Amino acid sequence: MSDVRSAIDAVWRIESPRLIAGLARMVRDVGVAEDLAQDALVAALESWPESGVPRNPGAWLMTAAKRRAIDRFRRQELGERKHEELGRELRGDVMPEFDANVDDDIGDDLLRLVFIACHPVLSQPARVALTLRLLGGLTTTEIGRAFFVPEATVAQRIVRAKRTLSAARVPFEVPQGADRAARLASVLEVLYLIFNEGYCATSGDDWLRPALCEDALRMGRVVAELMPEDAEVHGLVGLMEIQASRTAARIGPGGEPVLLLDQDRSRWNHVLVRRGLAALERAERLGGTLGPYALQASIAACHARAIVPEETDWLRIVALYDALLQAVPSPVVALNRAVAVGIAYGPAAGLEAVEELSGHPALEGYYLLPSVRGDLLVKLGRDIEGRAEFARAASLTGNARERKLLLSRANVADDVEIETRRTSS
Amino acid sequence: MRFMLLMLPGEYDSGPTDVEAMRAMGRLNEEMQKAGVLLDLNGLHPTNEGARVSFKGGKPTVTDGPFAESKEVVGGYWIIQVKSRAEAIEWASRCPASDTSTIEIRQIFEFNEFPAEFQELAATGEFPEMKARRERLSTS
Repeated sequence: MSDVRSAIDAVWRIESPRLIAGLARMVRDVGVAEDLAQDALVAALESWPESGVPRNPGAWLMTAAKRRAIDRFRRQELGERKHEELGRELRGDVMPEFDANVDDDIGDDLLRLVFIACHPVLSQPARVALTLRLLGGLTTTEIGRAFFVPEATVAQRIVRAKRTLSAARVPFEVPQGADRAARLASVLEVLYLIFNEGYCATSGDDWLRPALCEDALRMGRVVAELMPEDAEVHGLVGLMEIQASRTAARIGPGGEPVLLLDQDRSRWNHVLVRRGLAALERAERLGGTLGPYALQASIAACHARAIVPEETDWLRIVALYDALLQAVPSPVVALNRAVAVGIAYGPAAGLEAVEELSGHPALEGYYLLPSVRGDLLVKLGRDIEGRAEFARAASLTGNARERKLLLSRANVADDVEIETRRTSS
Repeated sequence: MRFMLLMLPGEYDSGPTDVEAMRAMGRLNEEMQKAGVLLDLNGLHPTNEGARVSFKGGKPTVTDGPFAESKEVVGGYWIIQVKSRAEAIEWASRCPASDTSTIEIRQIFEFNEFPAEFQELAATGEFPEMKARRERLSTS
């Protein structure tokens, strides 16, 4: 029984995005499509424990959903024209050819689903929840658990999101023309947001939640296959693959974070590294100026290519940060650039770059600013100032694991300093 | 979660021959790729070109293929990243395999699943190649 239940969950995970996408094209309402898909799931839960999982479970679910759709529209009072239109699409004459034509269109349907889940009319938390639900096939329970939000809150967020889309009459289509770039940016942003919530959790005691990274990566790979001509999608996938390759190396034995340069690189997942580099290459092959994600992937690739930290091409990394700053003038990017400058051109140059950023309103209260400054000060032998910076950084982070690491650096900056001198001599 | 799906074709003397079967397999691979679950895959040459190294008595002994006594020979593998063991089974079930075939589904160890002392060892010990390079770099 529980075997069937987990088999049904697995089928749902694989089939639900396509199921909902196909239904949404027919009924022209993502909310209704999702309800119909849920009805089909309930039907499967009723009959599969008896009959076993059918040979083609996706087609079974689609047939069940369409049957529910017909019932539903017969029962409901609908505008006459719409009723007629839907009836024509849903009745028997469409059904036989449905399987034939669904495969051709399913890519387009899925892409429409991606764009509608990340529609700017929705708030960011709504986009995230809806994307995980519709494209990732996650349950509200799973989404709640991932974001430390009560399940009821997630459920309500999704209901409201679907209502908003209905009310705004958002068309079920892939945006074209001027709209397209902004809409795609929103899709990529949502995916990367989900990835980052897994990669550097902003809440909870564990600062890394690999399952969420895997969800984001999986959806990213799906979108990359749907939009093979778009360089930035491959850039984002490359970035996520390379970052995810470090997962095992980023956690120390006590669950504490391990910084990139201190990581045991033999623990990196080299299949993911290879995939990341391949995705980046795909982005580069498409030509044009590299976008922000592809540039970040290029930076990550510099680290991934270095077998030992000493082989890292820091000059290239600084140059890539310069390009990234041109594309995205962000003080956080500038802070990362300062770290690279500190290594490529020495801690004094790095500190100078950091000082240019202090007092920047966007970095106020941002724990990485004092953390980076502390690191550079310690390298310059100014360890008392350095320790104070680490203590300040610790007071600013909301994550328990990270705070612990920063506090330990605040206390042992002396030792680090000795270590640095010893190895550099 | 990562899984390795090991294809045990049952009969694998000549490697893949059936073009239509290969095409069907290609469709499954494409489906897994589009679903974002396929990390890697490879097909293997038949065993008559292979060899086995066994360690009876503590020293390596080489036997050239084919391995007549063994029915369970690996013909290829997929590495997939999925949500559950059930999902790995579901993907394997979709394989258009011949009726002599078996697919063995094995979860890949993630680093944090190794016993603590193994992790410690890996954390302190470096790969020899890396160590050599590090030493060369620090002396140059």
